[in-house]
Amino acid sequence: MSRRLAHVDRVGVAERAAQLGRRSIKTTAKQQGIRIAVSVMDLTTLEGSDTAGKVRQLCAKAVCPAPTLPEIPSVAAVCVYPSLVGVAREALAGTGVRTASVATGFPAGQVSLAAKLRDTGDAVQDGAQEVDMVISREAFLAGDDARVMHEIEAVREACGEAHLKVIIETAELGSYEHVRHASMLAMEAGADFIKTSTGKAAAGATPEVCLVMLEAIRDYTERSGRIVGFKAAGGVSNTKAALHRLVLVKETLGDEWLTPARLRIGASSALNDLLMQYAKTQTGRYARGEDFSLE
Amino acid sequence: MARLTVRKTYKLYIGGAFVRSESGRADPLGEINIPRASRKDVRDAVAAARKAQARWAALTAYNRGQILYRAAEALESRRAQIEAVLSEDGAGGGEAVAELDAACDVLVHYAGWTDKLQSVLGGVNPVASPFLSFSLPEPTGVVGIVAADRPALLGLVAELAPALAAGNAVVAVVSRSAPRAALDFAEALGVSDLPAGVVNLLSGRLTEVGCALGAHRDLNAIVDVSADAELGAELDRLAAETIKRASHHPVAGSYEQATEPALERIAALTELKTAWHPVGV
Repeated sequence: MSRRLAHVDRVGVAERAAQLGRRSIKTTAKQQGIRIAVSVMDLTTLEGSDTAGKVRQLCAKAVCPAPTLPEIPSVAAVCVYPSLVGVAREALAGTGVRTASVATGFPAGQVSLAAKLRDTGDAVQDGAQEVDMVISREAFLAGDDARVMHEIEAVREACGEAHLKVIIETAELGSYEHVRHASMLAMEAGADFIKTSTGKAAAGATPEVCLVMLEAIRDYTERSGRIVGFKAAGGVSNTKAALHRLVLVKETLGDEWLTPARLRIGASSALNDLLMQYAKTQTGRYARGEDFSLE
Repeated sequence: MARLTVRKTYKLYIGGAFVRSESGRADPLGEINIPRASRKDVRDAVAAARKAQARWAALTAYNRGQILYRAAEALESRRAQIEAVLSEDGAGGGEAVAELDAACDVLVHYAGWTDKLQSVLGGVNPVASPFLSFSLPEPTGVVGIVAADRPALLGLVAELAPALAAGNAVVAVVSRSAPRAALDFAEALGVSDLPAGVVNLLSGRLTEVGCALGAHRDLNAIVDVSADAELGAELDRLAAETIKRASHHPVAGSYEQATEPALERIAALTELKTAWHPVGV
């Protein structure tokens, strides 16, 4: 199977993405940026070594990231593996922080559609309000767009009320043209969010792929009128990277995308750097790691 | 054919790399430029030291000693060049040679201490209950050093060596009036198998980097040899605010002064950990 793809200007993308990373964001603007970055964060733990205790601890941190900094908001959601959804849901009950689960054979997605649907169904039944699915890269790379879309539609249906985030795993797609094409497929098939990466591949949400996907969202929303959210995940490991992603979103889609309903940043290590930088803007002293809880 | 001379651009030493100041600034010293570190260079250096410290401390004591000894070897093999720099910067009449001798010897001296600290500083404690109680010295962590202005090289090495022997990582502000020898010494450290980031050397102005170092919360101790009462008081105040050990040392001008209370210098940058283990149960 072969397909024709719209051309994406590599050099132009790299240039614009880099240019939007050179803004000087200081003092009150930085504080505001950090508060927004925290409020749109999906605090994530996706390790084989995750336990109920670790997830409970992470949930406590999600609700109140820094007891010493009361103006820092709660994060948007906690993202865990399906087997720990129940634990997270219980720990987050009544807090306003949502429970998200990866599903569909995350991170590779190399299982049958039936297994993907069962995985999704289990997560939703245990209380997941958001589902992060992976597309079948195997089908996408073979040129089988119909199967990719069919799977997304089927998972969409299995989600019921839950929001669906579709991970296209940009690092495995090969080119920006394919990133844009996969984004469009996901949106056409009914994704509520499109998400860059699993965080398990070689590269994550680089500024360039973020820009390509954000432009795809812009074009799709203009054409169809349906709002689709964006989630940057993988490699957003510090404050500078997080603020860069916020600038990309603001300049491509506008201020109305800077809310948890339309934007997420998936991260685990970035949160403490955000808190340390926030503390620095208040005290004038560079913070130390021990100032904030690990998880 | 006439040849253009290749002149050396002096750099800061941060995280194992030779870098210009993040601020892009430099101070002229005669005909050459010396980088003027900013508070952000201090931040980067402390981050690099923090990252490297655990790995340095986790090496065997014997290995740390070998690496310090190698630093002495590397300094020795560069002595002609560094002696020339020291003489140009004011150490005349055999002073430069004596300073180089002392600096190498101090490194060798402290290299010998690394695998003896555990026995000398720690040990089994007598307790009146069925427990085995023992204490071990552990490194304090990341140590900031405001080195003496003169002697430019020995003044730095005398503070650096005990901190490293104890397993600490170091961020040091080098001599202000003669920074070249210390920055040349960084090249010797760079080929000594010292893990990147264990030593970070900054040149610049004390008012700027000295206080920035003192104010960084992720520093565990600061050693001040600036002999500047005003700066010393400010560093004490900042150390109290950010909870770190602060000490003020007299300038070490000779091998004897740098090593005579060698154990005290090392012990001041360690923390004793005591464990109680049940016995006879």
